[in-house]
Amino acid sequence: MDLTAIFQAAFALVVGLDPAFLAIVSLSLRVTLSAVLIAGLIGLPLGAALALARFRGRSVVIVILNALMGLPPVVAGLIVFLMLSRSGPLGSLGLLFTPTAMIVAQVLLVLPIVIALTRQTVEDLWAEYRDHLRSVGLEGMRAIPTLLFDGRFALATALLAGFGRASAEVGAVLIVGGNIAGYTRTMTTTITLETSKGDLPLALGLGLVLITLTLAINAVAFGASRIGARYAG
Amino acid sequence: MSAKPVSAMRDVSSILPLTIDDACFEAGGRRLVVGARFTVPAGGLTVLLGPNGAGKSLTLRLCHGLLTPSAGSIRWAAQSGSAKRHAMVFQKPIMLRRSVAANVAHALAAAGIARAERVGRTQEALARFGLGGRADQPARLLSGGEQQRLAIARAWSLRPELLFLDEPTSQLDPAATRQIEELLAGLVAEGITVMMSTHDLGQAKRLADRVLFLHRGRLVEDADAQTFFAGPASAEARAFLAGELIW
Amino acid sequence: MTLSKRLLLTAGFAAAFAGSAFAQTTTATPPAATAPAAAGTRFITVSSTTSTQDSGLFGHILPLFKAKTGIEVRVVSQGTGQALDTGRRGDADVVFVHAKAQEEKFVADGFGLERKAVMYNDFVLIGPKSDPAGIAGTKDIAAALLKIQEKGAAFVSRGDKSGTHAAELNLWKVAGVDLDAKKGSWYREIGQGMGAALNTAGGMSGYVLADRGTWISFKNRGDLAIAVEGDRRLFNQYGVMAVNPAKHPHVKINDGQAFVTWLTGPEGQKAIADYKIDGQQLFFPNASQAGA
Repeated sequence: MDLTAIFQAAFALVVGLDPAFLAIVSLSLRVTLSAVLIAGLIGLPLGAALALARFRGRSVVIVILNALMGLPPVVAGLIVFLMLSRSGPLGSLGLLFTPTAMIVAQVLLVLPIVIALTRQTVEDLWAEYRDHLRSVGLEGMRAIPTLLFDGRFALATALLAGFGRASAEVGAVLIVGGNIAGYTRTMTTTITLETSKGDLPLALGLGLVLITLTLAINAVAFGASRIGARYAG
Repeated sequence: MSAKPVSAMRDVSSILPLTIDDACFEAGGRRLVVGARFTVPAGGLTVLLGPNGAGKSLTLRLCHGLLTPSAGSIRWAAQSGSAKRHAMVFQKPIMLRRSVAANVAHALAAAGIARAERVGRTQEALARFGLGGRADQPARLLSGGEQQRLAIARAWSLRPELLFLDEPTSQLDPAATRQIEELLAGLVAEGITVMMSTHDLGQAKRLADRVLFLHRGRLVEDADAQTFFAGPASAEARAFLAGELIW
Repeated sequence: MTLSKRLLLTAGFAAAFAGSAFAQTTTATPPAATAPAAAGTRFITVSSTTSTQDSGLFGHILPLFKAKTGIEVRVVSQGTGQALDTGRRGDADVVFVHAKAQEEKFVADGFGLERKAVMYNDFVLIGPKSDPAGIAGTKDIAAALLKIQEKGAAFVSRGDKSGTHAAELNLWKVAGVDLDAKKGSWYREIGQGMGAALNTAGGMSGYVLADRGTWISFKNRGDLAIAVEGDRRLFNQYGVMAVNPAKHPHVKINDGQAFVTWLTGPEGQKAIADYKIDGQQLFFPNASQAGA
């Protein structure tokens, strides 16, 4: 196996526009972006609330959330698997081995990152804005929309971190998705499969495509936030 | 849109005078404001004067409601309803990460002003303080003097009866300081009651109608400005005026 | 002006994610709770082994089945033990594996309906061309394994309770090697699938038992070659069974049974026989053979 073979494989995948390959790429993006979107919808307000709330055991919650950022994907996958299995508590939903199950597992992975980083960002911003916001009557949870909006560029980075974790992981989606051809097969599970079939150039070629996609998404987000930051100061 | 915010307020009964009755503030077991007792009637500019650590800033925050007194009371003549009719400007201007106009509009939105009305009031405030041309610029990229002007414009847009300012010029160069002082004189002329802290004697002499002199958390002297600067009653104030640094 | 810019920013934020992601998801994921059919697709879930998957057999036969019946088959490929567990939990409609004793227990425990023989392939012992155990070209698998153990040559075991793993353990028994006593650094259990085991064996110049189908379609052979083949004890029988609806009422028994019937009927059997890589037939249908 040599580098040329890898690049050829990657090139053939992209240029060939093989429908199966495109389906895999679009499923990967769909699952990961959905997970990031859902984690954002839940995690941003929750992280902000945690930043502003004062209650007993708050530091314990923060430590746990920070630790959960390192939750092994396989464990997240296993938890979702046991919940969604027909013999599990949510079995009647029939969601195991579906893209939805994969999204749920990835939300579990991304959520702690979004909450923890949002809490940090919002807490720092609150320290700066506190006097003014309280002065104009935005106390407690009423300050959240302002803080989230003004922290938007830092928070975009938090979402990107979540996106990175979700798009790179294979353990959770493999367990709950089942790597079913044409249905729950993502880029990372395909890479695993091709590796196990010994087709290393194809596996690495796919890896190259994945890295390129991730790079592109990060570049666009970075550019957007730079331009935005220039307008927002 | 009326350019006389105070008169617009007068359909409701005034929140002034503000009565501070034996207000104390403690933090970490230390009494930082001790038994403050004074009233703020409508009109004029009151300066809280005193060296660093005298409790000027804390007193302003107690009055504005950012702090709750550990003892004593702070009473307004009338309940101000949903929107409070006093505003505050801080030592270091707090600029939201938005445009100049959005900074004003945000404060108006927080006060519950309807979207349609915000646009006009924002334009009015920016024009009044010479920031009309800056409306779309990021607020955080303004110079220090411009930022403080925006902070005042933002507070003014809320049409306060009483405006608190905490050392508004301590971080500014002399030119910007003079500009802010002129603005404040203009506000008083407009009928807004102003209460500000400063440790700058010259500024107090230039602006004050009345002086509250604080020392180590206590209100030591409460006098009209002329009387105070002509001959303060307390030893602490005399030492302060003589330029002997006390604390 | 500023307000609209702010709106734009917010909308852009939402659209960046929602536009590409969420809208599609809602249409493509199963909406109904009891009948998880993706927008009307008729499908069954089959839990099967890595060997059938990695060899490419499913890619060949499933489109034929779908063309005939309109039923999509979603294959979750796992080790045989895991695949049976998946059926036991009711997460699959049909189980298609290769470990006869375990399959019969699965049926006897009431989790599966009648087990039917489908096909066989054979195992081959793969080893490095340097052949440290000196067994290349021999036919007696028991003697070959004994030699590997005696010489302490590296041996990679799946160690994942798969059908291949079960077959391997059985062959050690036949060879008279008590693994529990003789296990040493030469015997490496990796707990992974067939392809991973082959990759590992290639990496450490070890021997490994593989099914012929995976071996033929395996692309990263490097220094590996077949050392031992042709022993009747290396035959590898596949069986199929529908999950018992008495245990799991939600299973799609009709469509599942249709797949079992097709697979063991003339069309399915022919499709299996027709699957070739480089002219080599990988699986040999034998549904009609008694006792298979």
